[in-house]
Amino acid sequence: MTYIFTVSPDFSPEYLSGWFVFNTWLQKALDCRFHLELMEDFQRLHRAIAADKIDLIYANPYDAALLVREKGFTALAKPQGIADEVVIAVAANSMAMAVEDLPPGVRVASTDDPDVHLIGMILLEPAGLHKENVRLEIAGNYVLVAKKLLQGECEVGIFLARAFDELSRPVRSQLKVLVRSDIQVIHHALMAGPRLIDKIDALTSALVKLAQEPKGQALLAQLGFTGWGKVAPEEVEFMIDLMDTLAYSPAA
Amino acid sequence: MLADMNPAWVTGDFQEKVIKLYGLGVRRVLVVDEEVPYPDGRLIVSRTDLTGVITHVNRSFVEMSGYAEEELIGAPHSILRHPDMPKAAFRDLWDTIQRGQIWQGHVKNLRKDGRYYWVKATVIPNVRCGRIIGYTSVRRKPDRRKVEECKMLYAQMRAKEQLDCL
Repeated sequence: MTYIFTVSPDFSPEYLSGWFVFNTWLQKALDCRFHLELMEDFQRLHRAIAADKIDLIYANPYDAALLVREKGFTALAKPQGIADEVVIAVAANSMAMAVEDLPPGVRVASTDDPDVHLIGMILLEPAGLHKENVRLEIAGNYVLVAKKLLQGECEVGIFLARAFDELSRPVRSQLKVLVRSDIQVIHHALMAGPRLIDKIDALTSALVKLAQEPKGQALLAQLGFTGWGKVAPEEVEFMIDLMDTLAYSPAA
Repeated sequence: MLADMNPAWVTGDFQEKVIKLYGLGVRRVLVVDEEVPYPDGRLIVSRTDLTGVITHVNRSFVEMSGYAEEELIGAPHSILRHPDMPKAAFRDLWDTIQRGQIWQGHVKNLRKDGRYYWVKATVIPNVRCGRIIGYTSVRRKPDRRKVEECKMLYAQMRAKEQLDCL
């Protein structure tokens, strides 16, 4: 049997080859076949999840809720030292010095990355901004979000903090950060579906030991982190509760 | 039982007030008329058991409350209760979450040093295997216009509660 492995479409393109290398390691570690199928966007990913096509996924926190509660997935491991934080930025020459300076009707550049967009909109709330009183422009990636700010197509942008920090220096120098989240507990996780239930212990053990393998650090560096840490089931439940509170909107 | 606030914790001029806490009796609190701004980008997170006793706090909770983590774990969540908050707000909160629903509202919290901070709070029941095992509360930076609305609303609600007590 060939298992289907996928990665949340919000990964940085610079780590693309790293995920293929990881897929090769995965097959050796578990002595079974995995096919890495990358989705172009979240709509495709969500269709694949709904159709029960995915067996293993490096999932963002927003999708983790659906995967655990509705699809019987188990969280195995999280990247060590990496939390999902968000940056709200404007063009460097913007008059806005704080989120509270942004007026209703402002044009917001964001992506279809669900957790980043959700947290970003929460960071805009102190200005009284919400989905009904902003003009939202969805870009394909964070470089294009930056481009919309620099070209004056939008006044404010929502970025995954890690993606913002990875923008080129000339681009970053033309942007101004209004706020950077410091939530600490929201992170991606590697999650296994029901068809992998008998391989969960072996896979978790192999993931946690990967950093100690001779070529482990080089492989992990290609994914942008230094190790996998084990995730307790309650830790994931807690993160899902947290995401549920953030997604709650009585007006919705 | 929740210990009274100690004048040694408080800096500056303060007013002493007595608040009645549901199931806990009365607590003497010391109130300083000074707001501490909500820190940008932070979420204040805590979890309680079914009776409202704190079981987990994050770093932002500790920093904004002014209490040490050891003082918070095991304490009732009403350790943060400010006397300007109407009882009806918390009654609504408990009624809502005990029904298994999410509660959201603006809350004025009392710090250990007597100062206060406003939050937009969301409280969610933690459901495991179909059973509520506790509650998670997440606070975020509020819109100041909402805070001003709540100041007026809560003052009216408290005035009515005081009249009802006569």
